[in-house]
Amino acid sequence: MTAVLPRRRPAAAYRRARGSTGFLEWVAIHSIALALGLMFLLPLVFVCLTAVMSDRQALTAELWPRQWQWANFVTVFEKAPLLTYLGNSLLYSGVATAGMLVSSVPAAYALARLRWRGRNLAFLAVVAAMMLPPQVVAVPLYLLWARLDLTGTVWPLVIPYLLGDFFSIFLLRQFFLTIPRDYVDAARADGCSEAGVLLRVIVPMARPGIAAAALFSFLYTWNDYFGPLLYTAERPESWTLSVALASFRGMHRVEWNLTMAATVLVMLPALVLFLVAQKTFVKGITFTGVKG
Amino acid sequence: MTATLERPAAARRVGAGTGPGRRRLRNRLTVLAFVAPAIIGFLVFFGYPLLATIFFSFTRADGLNPPVWVGLRNYVHLFVNDPVGRTAALNTLWLALVLTLLRVVFALGTASVLVRVRTGVGFFRTLFYLPSLAPPVAATLAFVFLFNPGTGPVNTALRWLGVDSPPGWFTDPTWAKPSLTLLMLWVSGELMIIMLAALLDVPVELHEAAALDGAGPLRRFWHVTLPSISPVLLFGVVNSVILALQFFTQAMVASAVAAGSADVVGNSKTLGYPGNATMTFPIWLYQQGFRQFNMGYAAAMCVLLFLVSFAGTAVLIRQMRNTSGLGEAR
Repeated sequence: MTAVLPRRRPAAAYRRARGSTGFLEWVAIHSIALALGLMFLLPLVFVCLTAVMSDRQALTAELWPRQWQWANFVTVFEKAPLLTYLGNSLLYSGVATAGMLVSSVPAAYALARLRWRGRNLAFLAVVAAMMLPPQVVAVPLYLLWARLDLTGTVWPLVIPYLLGDFFSIFLLRQFFLTIPRDYVDAARADGCSEAGVLLRVIVPMARPGIAAAALFSFLYTWNDYFGPLLYTAERPESWTLSVALASFRGMHRVEWNLTMAATVLVMLPALVLFLVAQKTFVKGITFTGVKG
Repeated sequence: MTATLERPAAARRVGAGTGPGRRRLRNRLTVLAFVAPAIIGFLVFFGYPLLATIFFSFTRADGLNPPVWVGLRNYVHLFVNDPVGRTAALNTLWLALVLTLLRVVFALGTASVLVRVRTGVGFFRTLFYLPSLAPPVAATLAFVFLFNPGTGPVNTALRWLGVDSPPGWFTDPTWAKPSLTLLMLWVSGELMIIMLAALLDVPVELHEAAALDGAGPLRRFWHVTLPSISPVLLFGVVNSVILALQFFTQAMVASAVAAGSADVVGNSKTLGYPGNATMTFPIWLYQQGFRQFNMGYAAAMCVLLFLVSFAGTAVLIRQMRNTSGLGEAR
């Protein structure tokens, strides 16, 4: 239930157990890994190279830019109101993530460490709800938001996060379960209220888990396409970056160079976020598996 | 603030004999305060719409006029006389089978390579995982560009390798779904990380014992590794099936871009391009419900989607309960 990541020692032991391996096997494995690595990396490289090509060269089969046209990254801002879209994306992802933390952390704690009737049932409901495709409940929700006159904005996407996000609740609960019960009991024995236990014991100790949940919900909303398309397609001033990017190429003929420059700009925040917080990511992902 | 709340309760507990009762009450109120927002969220954004969807599926509804009861007509239409709907269902089924199989095998394969790498594990892990972070719209655009039939780097490389007429990928009905599958393998990093963690959790002793018994690498993989990671394999299968069932973004973007259209919401020319090869069930659902406003019909499609994905979810929940005491919070 604990233990997630390739810490050095077990990994080494694991490898030893597979028998001592010779130089040839080392070369073979690392060649395969290198080939796979290139496969994963090359698409990104070509995208970046095309992003700095001239319009005309991007339409040829040449792979290496003849002149490095860095101005493309400026031009895309002139071609489309990217800053407006960025603002909408930040509004959606930022408010949703903040709201998720406020609403989901207490719920996850209640599922992990408080006793109450219906807890197991509630947890099953959370798991079922988080696994179902978002399209399943889209029709009545769309009608609901239309009646409230909120279609055409990102609010129909944000507001549900203020009332708990199923996936985040699940992930946070899994993290909270790894905090030894003794800490919680000791705090209770010292007269700490449950709110105190949550704020002074659980939250500080589960900081990596909470960071992972926040990262995931930020990325999920940042990457979301179905939601913003459903609610904002008709109103370009409410588009998020994902929706805008999908229409970018069509709006600007076949300028692959600018399209790829915009693609790079949209990818960048997620990639940077990952490189900065890699450990948190990897830890979080392993918790989404079946480790319970 | 907590302190002021607590002291009177503690003081009274010593005096009067109502201590445990008060405590239970306070405990209940705490639980209520903690879970109330989430329960309201569950009821409003999940419970109610699920029931409403089932109701709408038996009606003709356009979102403006009150729904009219039509019995099973939507379902009959869906199963009997909607050729595009059938194509969409078959495409989604194709993805559920092919994408699931390849994604699980590929993720397990890459994780198995990673687990054997000795030099630069972190570097390779980052490299393998990186693409999965790209926003789906961006990743799809990248792939449609890479695989564009005329001047894309992939076909350029294929021609250089001596392939005379490389496929049209996203513009060829035969290759459109395989191209989408390739795209999904490129971004399968999350499942790979989960598999990697599972592989590293396989008890070392089991491998040692099997090796002593003279089992070669293949037999050890079959008899030791696979059984040990079977819960994670099942997770990967269910996760991939559900991913395939809700497959929307990549197909939507790829078809529009490959068809050269500016229309974000898609139109009759781009949806499912080429030749309905990328028309998935959720895209047709979106088209029927939110572009044509056949909301009753879309609701019937939602019910079908719900039943199929719920079956997958139920399998996974059952297995989680068996192996790791899900819902078991001592």
